[in-house]
Amino acid sequence: MAGGGVHASSGPVAETYARARHQLLIPAWAVLLIFVAVPVAMMLIYSFLTKEFRGGVIWEFSLAAYDQFFFDRGLFGDEPPKFEWTYVTIFWRSIWQAGLATILSLLIGFPTAYFIATRPEKTRAIWLFLVTIPYWVNLLIRTVSMKFLLRDQGPMNDALLALGVLEEPLRIINTNLAVQLGLFYSYLPFMVLPIYAAVERYNFTYSEAAADLYASKWATLRRVVLPVVKPGVIAGCILVFVPSLGAFLAPDLLGGAKNFMIGSLIEEQFKGNAGNWPFGAAASMILLTLVIIVLLISTTQQRKTREPG
Amino acid sequence: MSAKTDVKAYRGFFTVTLICLFVLYAPLIVVTVYSFNDSLSITVWQGVSLRWYADVFTGVESAKFKTAAFNSFSIALIAATVSTLIAIASATALVRAGRFRLRLPSMGLIMLPIMVPEIVLAVATLIFFNSIGFTRGYLTILVAHISFCIPFAFLPIQARMQGIEDTYEQAAMDLYASRAQAFRRVLLPLMVPGIISGFLLAFIVSLDDFIITNFVKGAGVETLPTAIFGSVKQGIKPNIMAISTMLLAVSVIFVAVSYLAAKWDNTKSHLKTDPAR
Repeated sequence: MAGGGVHASSGPVAETYARARHQLLIPAWAVLLIFVAVPVAMMLIYSFLTKEFRGGVIWEFSLAAYDQFFFDRGLFGDEPPKFEWTYVTIFWRSIWQAGLATILSLLIGFPTAYFIATRPEKTRAIWLFLVTIPYWVNLLIRTVSMKFLLRDQGPMNDALLALGVLEEPLRIINTNLAVQLGLFYSYLPFMVLPIYAAVERYNFTYSEAAADLYASKWATLRRVVLPVVKPGVIAGCILVFVPSLGAFLAPDLLGGAKNFMIGSLIEEQFKGNAGNWPFGAAASMILLTLVIIVLLISTTQQRKTREPG
Repeated sequence: MSAKTDVKAYRGFFTVTLICLFVLYAPLIVVTVYSFNDSLSITVWQGVSLRWYADVFTGVESAKFKTAAFNSFSIALIAATVSTLIAIASATALVRAGRFRLRLPSMGLIMLPIMVPEIVLAVATLIFFNSIGFTRGYLTILVAHISFCIPFAFLPIQARMQGIEDTYEQAAMDLYASRAQAFRRVLLPLMVPGIISGFLLAFIVSLDDFIITNFVKGAGVETLPTAIFGSVKQGIKPNIMAISTMLLAVSVIFVAVSYLAAKWDNTKSHLKTDPAR
């Protein structure tokens, strides 16, 4: 994830290329500094500016955006500050939803990845291929398809009613469960692929040794396989959790107004009626900080598992 | 052998895999089937027809979708091409040119668009274009797409380049090839599968993008995802399912090509490699 694992070559060829290395990197530096790094820095600045009504900013330093996030000072801003729960609740709900989607992905993704990694080499590629195809399909289309399938009068309810499994249609759309299912569906391949890669490298003689020493199958899985493939599991969880946290499409299309998440909150500040750019920038900064914390925790976890012991 | 597979196998994992595949495919299959439904309503099945496919090309919304499709595909083509070229240059510097001080910061910068949540990148890009007074439209979408496609093009290209030992180039240079000749005639041909994978991934990622495009597009400029989103907001209509099925077919073709490109090991066809690196 950190991108530090790329092996650098050395020797005469490296020396020859070395003379051109800065020129080779100029296009990437130019594009990414100007259009990614500078914009993120400007977003930080905007979060400390004063809002202009109907979008935009006034270039005057202000802490109003962060203040509005955490404190309620009444309608005219002259009452004693009370803690504001609205936005913290939205963030907490997003963390919770993303967390549940991650757990769901892990529960389905781990057995799938393990099953694929233990197939004979020839069929392995086909299974893997089947799991990755949906990743290539447009996310919006996948989310719309999910909405179509889960609707109150959708094909899933029709089928279950016709089979007599249900008496009344399941009302899933516009619930938390629909959002979790949507997020799970959006990012499931991200869980399967790193776990698959880890299990594929796992040396199964360890499992045989454990079985020889009378370990039960589940004990072997939990105490022998899992510790070894843990880096893959952590990578998979990060790859599902981080995009779920800031997701917009699944909560917006499947969750409805009651299940507002961070993505919709931010979008509303720029595209919707709220039109408070500094507040949107501040909410984005808080989300970015959360993501950085998650990534830092995961890299320390990864480092721990790599050290022997 | 049977005892060995016994240790590996867990009862129930196969069932979970089938559930996993069912969940992944059921929505897509259902939408594909219903796109052929000859009915004005999306709930009632009325027999097979191609009327909604015809509607996409000739119906009330056809002009909107045609422009959106043109924008989407032209942006994806340009963004994937430019980001692939940038990725080839960067990968050559980061894989082939030894260790240097700017190496790790460069790697971090290239990965930045993947690490930053998409919605945050969308906000940042909108703020940037707004503060420099750049009118939002086709060009702003294109520039944003080029930047976030770079890491997706870079990853397969860098992985491929790491798998190719520099002994071939060394041999070429020993035989008095210039650095440019060694790169163009030896390294680049071996890189082709990685370059195809990187290009296709960047193309799909650009075609797929909704959030960033939605923020940086100007009024009136639509790509397929933003046009579909706008339409779906008023309820799922049958013509949307027809468009979705066509885009699905495009994706499946792309996966097939990239799968073949990844399997295509052209290092073995005219040069012998040492697999133990």
